[in-house]
Amino acid sequence: MDKIRALIVDDSSVMRKIVERSLRQAGIDLDKVVEAANGAEALVALQSNVVDLILCDINMPVMDGLEFVRQVATVESAKGVPIVMITTEGSESHVVQALSAGARGYIRKPFTPDQVKEHVLPLVGKKP
Amino acid sequence: MSTATALAKRSHEENWLPILELATQEVFEIMLGCQVKPAAQSEHKPNPGFTAMVGLAGALCGVVTVCCDAKTARQIAKGMLGETPDSEEQVGDALGEICNMIAGNFKNKLAGTDERCMLSVPTVISGGEYRCHSLADGDSMETVVLLEAAPVAVRLQLKS
Repeated sequence: MDKIRALIVDDSSVMRKIVERSLRQAGIDLDKVVEAANGAEALVALQSNVVDLILCDINMPVMDGLEFVRQVATVESAKGVPIVMITTEGSESHVVQALSAGARGYIRKPFTPDQVKEHVLPLVGKKP
Repeated sequence: MSTATALAKRSHEENWLPILELATQEVFEIMLGCQVKPAAQSEHKPNPGFTAMVGLAGALCGVVTVCCDAKTARQIAKGMLGETPDSEEQVGDALGEICNMIAGNFKNKLAGTDERCMLSVPTVISGGEYRCHSLADGDSMETVVLLEAAPVAVRLQLKS
């Protein structure tokens, strides 16, 4: 996969920028970045945007990340799109819940660019 | 003994300040690329330009606050963004995320706590003309770190 279209879901605009920068630092060639401040906004964004990768926080107002991951499965255009959680929630139960709901990766905040490389690159067909 | 009671007891018996200090240092190092060390609290009190708060609920109840002057808050935002923040809202957003990560990092380091403790989304107050009355009436601890000589206070207040 060459150019990547990414959806970044986080209630912090600063974190959305940091995640985007980390993807670029990891060597991912971003074609388009769609941003959403919570799960509900992200579901709306997926109605009009096709993406190759989703990065999502857990603790957000309106709709949290775990509920968003569950609901993504019902969005036809997003089926099979890898989702990586990026969150301060580091407990084993959160990891299990996220992976059970369909997430493919889990990164704990604070995170380094190397962690983004390790967890995200394999999901977009690149070697970390 | 319930989980909440056991944790409240642990907070009395164990010294969690080094864990809070480590959680704080790691967040500053990873997110801003700078090493910070605890400073003497009595000598370094920040002027409260911005205060970020994240609530803890569940087995561990309380609040984590991060307080610093406005210039330092802008510096933190700049360090995170890699560019000058374009609004006061963005500065507050950045400090809220720092507080969120310190709170999360702290609870993830406490064995047996992270599974049953939830974090709120951050709240940020700008300005210093306020008094905060937390219902967290139990133990409290504070670490002050210096960011280019400016103090940043990180406080944990627990409900007993």
